[in-house]
Amino acid sequence: MNNSSSGNVGIVIVSHSPKIAEGAADMVRQMVGDAVPLAWTGGDSDGGLGTNVAGILEAIELAWSPAGVAILVDLGGAETNSEMAVEMLAEDRRASVVVCNAPVVEGAVIAATESSGGSSLAAVKRSAEEFYA
Amino acid sequence: MHDVNAGCAAETFVPLTASAVLVNPVGLHARPSVKLTQCAKGFVAKIEFALAADGPWTDAKSPVKVMRVKAPQGATLHFRVTGPDGEAALAALLTLVHDGFGEA
Repeated sequence: MNNSSSGNVGIVIVSHSPKIAEGAADMVRQMVGDAVPLAWTGGDSDGGLGTNVAGILEAIELAWSPAGVAILVDLGGAETNSEMAVEMLAEDRRASVVVCNAPVVEGAVIAATESSGGSSLAAVKRSAEEFYA
Repeated sequence: MHDVNAGCAAETFVPLTASAVLVNPVGLHARPSVKLTQCAKGFVAKIEFALAADGPWTDAKSPVKVMRVKAPQGATLHFRVTGPDGEAALAALLTLVHDGFGEA
């Protein structure tokens, strides 16, 4: 589930629950549209609740954009595994991927809205994080 | 530098204002807020709206701020638009509200 033809900032949704991640992605698609590269991942490698670095790396690849990628996470491991995934990226890509301090569902919709208007990665992150401001 | 120039240019434009009544059954909830923001972002003009003619004004290009207004059905949205494409922006915004953001 991606749309990599766009030059807009990509959005990655990471939740412990694949259902939450997929549902949040559905909301983004329906509310914001197709102008934003989007990918989601959730669950551990055994199919239980959790997150895994390989899945996050794959999602970053799917949502990749020259403008960068903003990751929205839920709790604990989702954040630490996302940070680990970012560290495992090629050096020239690392600076173009950020983890947002924002609620996963609302943040994903807001970040995608901001991205769909052609905003920079920094603006996308700032907008998503306004939710806690 | 580009932003500074745009800011200076914007100051030479007279703000345009107009208003429209929200017809959406649930008001300016999440989906219309996103549409309003996306529409506003398509223009370089500074675009603000308020529930009263004298403000307080909300940046229409900020999805979070637009949603926080929680404008109900029947509310009048006052727009204040400043910039080179202000007229087109105002027309697009009014059409969007009149058409119930495509959902009414």
